[in-house]
Amino acid sequence: MNWTWFHKLASPPHAYRIAARLLPWFGWPAGALIAAGLYGGLVLAPADYQQGDAFRIVYVHAPSAWLSMFVYATMAVAAAIGLVWRIKLAHAVAAASAPIGASFTFLALATGAIWGKPMWGTWWVWDARLTSELILLFLYTGVMALRASIDDRDRADRAAAVLALVGVVNLPIIHYSVYWWNTLHQPATLTKIGKPSMAGDMLWPLLVMMLGFTLYYAAILLIRLRAEILRRERDAGWLTTELAR
Amino acid sequence: MNDVLDMGRYGAFVWPCFALAAIVLAWNVVAARRLHAAARQHALRRAAEEAAP
Repeated sequence: MNWTWFHKLASPPHAYRIAARLLPWFGWPAGALIAAGLYGGLVLAPADYQQGDAFRIVYVHAPSAWLSMFVYATMAVAAAIGLVWRIKLAHAVAAASAPIGASFTFLALATGAIWGKPMWGTWWVWDARLTSELILLFLYTGVMALRASIDDRDRADRAAAVLALVGVVNLPIIHYSVYWWNTLHQPATLTKIGKPSMAGDMLWPLLVMMLGFTLYYAAILLIRLRAEILRRERDAGWLTTELAR
Repeated sequence: MNDVLDMGRYGAFVWPCFALAAIVLAWNVVAARRLHAAARQHALRRAAEEAAP
């Protein structure tokens, strides 16, 4: 098998250029999908028979929670690739992903707390789903702090990668916490795509929002990746030529 | 309009969630673009210093 394309993709100059080209292909569809999802969720979807209009919080809470785990999984896969194959670009992807994932984990926790107050009567409970999601936020901040605390970039990359990989164990705990323990949090809405526990006219805006948030993450990742490449390749010859364009 | 803001008496919970989401989405864009601009400026300065006689 010819792996030239893979090696080319992992080269910083190529990645820097291709990230710029890909950015509009993720950014504009993300904006359009989020706008459509908001319209569907806030205007078209009917109120829930139990939760009333409070259920509309799901349109920002569930995509944030999804991204909090998806970004962590992406970061961990990139960290593993960086550790095993010593591909510096993979470490750059992991470093670029961490602050994005942390922001969405914060958003999931905050919107969950605001939703919890009218539905559960409390902002916070130390149940399995909420606590494991909070641990995810600590993992993100831990990975970022560890990377920032080590001056040598290679050592920082390796240490952050190991911590990111250790933290992967938290992902199945978050996902299955609502089945393994008694929690206030409801079970997953989208576990079974064929039989979701949500009516169709409420479901499609949620799916659109989740796709929009995922494309949004890709777009932000590309911008942050370009910055990360510039920082890491500051002494490389190709940079002068590239920036002169 | 009042009905939209009221959100069936849950407006005080629904709108802050959407406002917070908008802030996080906007912050991510601004922070990433600033980071890239700063890294680019830094790289340009270094290139100019190296090119100087």
